[in-house]
Amino acid sequence: MKLRNGGALWGKWPNWLVGYALLTGVAVTAYAEEVIPDTIGQRVKACVACHGDQGRASNSGYYPRIAGKPEGYLYNQLLNFRDGRRNYPAMVYMVTGLTDDYLREIAHFFAQQHPPYPAPQTPASAQEMTLGAALVNKGDAARVLPACAACHGPALAGVEPGIPSLLGLPRDYLFAQLNNWKNGERKAATPDCMHGIVGKLSAADMTAVAAWLSSQPVANENRPAAQPASPLPLRCGSMPQ
Amino acid sequence: MKPIYKYGGTVALLFIVALVGLTWPVSDPTPAGPRTHAAPADLIERGRYVATAGNCMGCHTVRGGTPYAGGRVLRTQYGNFYTPNITPDTETGLGKWTADEFWQALHLGRSRNGQLLYPAFPYPSYTRVSRDDSDALFAYLRSLPAVKQRNPSHQLQFPYDQRVLLRVWQRLYFAPGSYVPDTRESASWNRGAYLVEGLGHCAACHTSRNELGATDAHAGLTGANLIGLGWYAPSLSASIGTGLGTMPQQEVATLLKAGVSYHSAVFGPMAEVVSGSLQHLKDDDVDAIARYLKSLPAQEHDVDAAPTLPEDERIGTMALGKHLYEQNCASCHRADGQGVAGKYPSLAGNPVVVGGSAVNAIRIVLHGGFPPATRLNPRPYGMPPFEPTFTDKEVAAVTSFIRNAWHNRASYVSPNEVDAYRAVPES
Repeated sequence: MKLRNGGALWGKWPNWLVGYALLTGVAVTAYAEEVIPDTIGQRVKACVACHGDQGRASNSGYYPRIAGKPEGYLYNQLLNFRDGRRNYPAMVYMVTGLTDDYLREIAHFFAQQHPPYPAPQTPASAQEMTLGAALVNKGDAARVLPACAACHGPALAGVEPGIPSLLGLPRDYLFAQLNNWKNGERKAATPDCMHGIVGKLSAADMTAVAAWLSSQPVANENRPAAQPASPLPLRCGSMPQ
Repeated sequence: MKPIYKYGGTVALLFIVALVGLTWPVSDPTPAGPRTHAAPADLIERGRYVATAGNCMGCHTVRGGTPYAGGRVLRTQYGNFYTPNITPDTETGLGKWTADEFWQALHLGRSRNGQLLYPAFPYPSYTRVSRDDSDALFAYLRSLPAVKQRNPSHQLQFPYDQRVLLRVWQRLYFAPGSYVPDTRESASWNRGAYLVEGLGHCAACHTSRNELGATDAHAGLTGANLIGLGWYAPSLSASIGTGLGTMPQQEVATLLKAGVSYHSAVFGPMAEVVSGSLQHLKDDDVDAIARYLKSLPAQEHDVDAAPTLPEDERIGTMALGKHLYEQNCASCHRADGQGVAGKYPSLAGNPVVVGGSAVNAIRIVLHGGFPPATRLNPRPYGMPPFEPTFTDKEVAAVTSFIRNAWHNRASYVSPNEVDAYRAVPES
């Protein structure tokens, strides 16, 4: 939305009307500027400053895509930031004074957005990519480590209402989240299944998983599945089972 | 004989007398006052309201924690204070306390074991809370579920960690008091004064403190830096430029209840106060607070010497600021800085923008944020953070611009000042 300057004002309205408004003291600026829409999209402009237009983010930097994630997942994260289970200061600061109802509405809005995905990030070494692919798609039976795909879906597109897509996210963000889960900085509703899983991952595992996930191309039709393809291997407090 | 030997005894004697005098407990001139004995359920209900008006939960609850179980950190220049657990747990809370001991804490700043309390607990305000309100509050706290939660001890620098020095501090800066109604004023005004000066402890933030943390009673509610939090609590005086001078009483009340008003919005620590306390108060009480605040006198301020930059730098800064404003701010705050009623605050003539300190304006440009979601404004419009995209120079330019555009006149902001506030405010 761009501010119209005086020139646009004169262009849009007949001169006699503007002259009349000026003479009578009617608020000229009311004509000159666009009306603020009474929409949730307008209200959450604070969010898109970092998360990008419609929550699309980009393929660089740190900020995660929030567009098209399951509503329940987004809502849980907003509550987690507000209520002390996640601690990223900028997010905590944003949501501190907001109510459950409003956070639910914000989550709903971004869950409905489906802008194009950014291009994938560059792959890591072949060795890392092999390890990453194996952990994501097959897990590691020897360590009783389920595959990411076992919960996040064969296409890793997430599952309604609580499991997020793992694709289209920056590598730095993915690694930071795994690391935060490992050291207890990030928590989810009990039982916190991710905490148990990440506890079994080494730093090299986490690097490989983040590298593989962030380098996958994502089709624009990538949407969360309505329900799990098969029963989930773990109980998870964020996902009704 | 050297003077030191000659007068040594006298000096020592004087020293001892001074020490005893300074550490002698402060006396309480206030009679205990009549105590009404309401039915327990009524007392608890009244206490719940007292707790809300005092926003006890705000400080005595950690983010996401059990209400009133304490543990929240209060950052100050003396170190970190951790609020205590005030649930009725016998080991870690108020389980063993009596109503008399609780009254002593509020009224005299004295704990159950006789230790004096740090004025981070705002007893210089609470000393004016009535005995009835104290008893009701105590009854309410006793009705809460007992939560066993041991909170960290205060982490204070020397010598502030020496609690015994509080005897001297109280002697110098604290006098127990009570709220004495002003019979020339209306009941509503007196109620407002009681809430503002007592229970609501507005002075804890809005009154400046001396180097030993004592609020300056003579300064009144004329605004103060919240060192440690990195915000500025604006003046509530009637001053035109920096206080509530141009805001009608009704708008003050709306701002306190809704978190937004025709021209303004609350943010930062005040957003918490509206969210946790003021929006839940009876309309009569909020009106009383607004009435009292609007009766405060205008204060003489040091005029914020406006242009502090050389002429050419000023022109460059204003040009960059204007450009950034038009690109990023004007669609909501409007070209004339008038904002949009109830959605985006006015910047022209807004004391927060031009007030005694540029901190709040810098903070809001850097970190954006939402006014609190309240009953009257359940879906607030947010302000985007510019910290991720703007350089210090750009933040300084746009902040300087809004402080000097339209009829605003205030000091220019330097990139160094901006840099000091880049970290997101912690609560």
